[in-house]
Amino acid sequence: MRFISVRLLHSLFVLWAVVTLMFLMFRLMPGDPMAAYISEALSEESKRSIRAQFGLDRSLWEQYFIYLGNLIQGELGTSFFLKEPVWDIVMTALPNTLAMTFSALILAYLFGVIAGAFLAWRRGSLAEGISIPLVLATRAAPEFWVGMILLAVFAFSLGWFPSGGAASPGAMYDSEWQRMLSLDFLHHLALPVITLALYLQGLPLLLMRSTMLDVMQEEYITMARMKGLSTSRIVLHHAARNALLPVATAFALSLGQLVGGNVVIEMVFSWPGLGRILVQAVASSDYPLAQGAFLIVAFALISMNFFADMLYALLDPRVSHDRKS
Amino acid sequence: MTANPDPGAGLLRRLFRLTGRDPFALAGIVIYVVFALTAIFADVIVSHDPLEILFLPDGKVASNQSPGGVYWLGTTSLGRDVFSQLVYGARSALMVGLSAALMVVVVGTLVGLFSGYYGGWVDAVLMRLGDVALSIPFLPFIIVLAAFLKPNIWNVVIGVSALLWPNTGRIVRSQVLTLRERSYVEAARVSGASHLRILFTHIAPNVLPISFLYGSIVVGWAIFTEASVSFLGFGPSDSVSWGFMLQDAFLSQALSRGAYYWFVPSGLCIMLVVAAGFFISRGYEELLFPKLRD
Repeated sequence: MRFISVRLLHSLFVLWAVVTLMFLMFRLMPGDPMAAYISEALSEESKRSIRAQFGLDRSLWEQYFIYLGNLIQGELGTSFFLKEPVWDIVMTALPNTLAMTFSALILAYLFGVIAGAFLAWRRGSLAEGISIPLVLATRAAPEFWVGMILLAVFAFSLGWFPSGGAASPGAMYDSEWQRMLSLDFLHHLALPVITLALYLQGLPLLLMRSTMLDVMQEEYITMARMKGLSTSRIVLHHAARNALLPVATAFALSLGQLVGGNVVIEMVFSWPGLGRILVQAVASSDYPLAQGAFLIVAFALISMNFFADMLYALLDPRVSHDRKS
Repeated sequence: MTANPDPGAGLLRRLFRLTGRDPFALAGIVIYVVFALTAIFADVIVSHDPLEILFLPDGKVASNQSPGGVYWLGTTSLGRDVFSQLVYGARSALMVGLSAALMVVVVGTLVGLFSGYYGGWVDAVLMRLGDVALSIPFLPFIIVLAAFLKPNIWNVVIGVSALLWPNTGRIVRSQVLTLRERSYVEAARVSGASHLRILFTHIAPNVLPISFLYGSIVVGWAIFTEASVSFLGFGPSDSVSWGFMLQDAFLSQALSRGAYYWFVPSGLCIMLVVAAGFFISRGYEELLFPKLRD
């Protein structure tokens, strides 16, 4: 219990620090954040009332506390350009980002774990000699570039997949679930997911391989071998299970990083997700929207880090809780 | 486990032996050297100014030329030479990569040294600061930073080093924690050496190899990040980088026209440089931790 509360307090502190940093960044940047709202045509009087409405006529300290108070209530403000609540815009985009992230992560980790275990088993083989540099190369290739090539080949040249977006024009659905389960959505989802999964599979693969190699040195594996169990049984039932631990933690960590890290893939495939909203908001100086999107992304990252910590402690009782705190 | 009790001559000798044994490390070094030479001699190699709009003999703009004699890798839709852009891209990539790596090494090493040596509140403050830096969404932060400051490549360098120093800092700190208990450090302390002298002449040389190992990974990360930021349109518009080329191609419908010669080479270059960093650091790891070898 003590371990959980210490980690939770720690996560809250980090969250507060990031939120404060964001506040300072968005206030101290050059240019008037109200430029989009206040046109020269407005009278001095109405300019002032708009400023008061956003609390911009107060001191920085007062603004800071208003900002914190609003955040705690989940109030992220109103977008300058779309004139809609930031919360609504962000929450419309979030399911698209999550759908893409989850599908790609699951695909990548399934493949990575199996291939990693296989490569550890076949240590020193030709297959290993070829795959390791190949995997490193997929980690080194920019995702958006891989996406561009896949688009050029499979969307523009062969016409197998749509060239972007999340729905065909005119598509209408009764509910969000119906939309996300429709063939049209999945057809649009395919290329971005393949691109992302291709980039992601390297981490679980290398991680699985190296922990498998470690685990294979353990005494209980020798024991299993002495009992005369078959290699495949040892690999699957004894080694792989224990090697999965760091992979599970990496999965949780990647999920947190990806909610904001998908930016480039969402841009290449015009995928209406959170990262694309962030880029468009930053590009058009829509500060409330950019700030809101950034905070959601940061929140996802910090809470998944916390979750990964918990998961690790839960799965591996050997982790010393007191030392970490 | 210490990094390497005898940096210097032994390290260099082992480096040579390593490159003979590990073909990947050798490949990585060769890639780095080729790109470094390309960057240095960019002016001599290129056939055209990378941003100059070129014309055909008949007076028309030389747009969307396929690769061939005059334009080795073809031209962009605005009639700019792709090959020349590629060569100049090496220059900005190397600049971003090396300066970010250097900054991460300097900041990370200093933080690790002070944090590990002094402990107490210094350690607590620096490490919490590191936790915060690692909890900031990486690419979104750099995008916001690049958009607020004037677009130039140094924003990426500042952003990357502001968020990546804790990795190096933590690992250096753990090294310092064991080093400061060593008898030779104790001997220096007894003979009256000041804290700073112990830190910088007795401890620092022993942690530098591992700092540079982490630095060599940052080179690739920084180039990768710069490409992403430029691709998203937050890079400088007056200098040519590989990310800028990819953005240009993407926005100019190079994909639907199947103009592979425009966007394949620059991505390939990014991949090669980043992979070279991986290959070298993989080799380094063997060099620094001979025990890991099996």
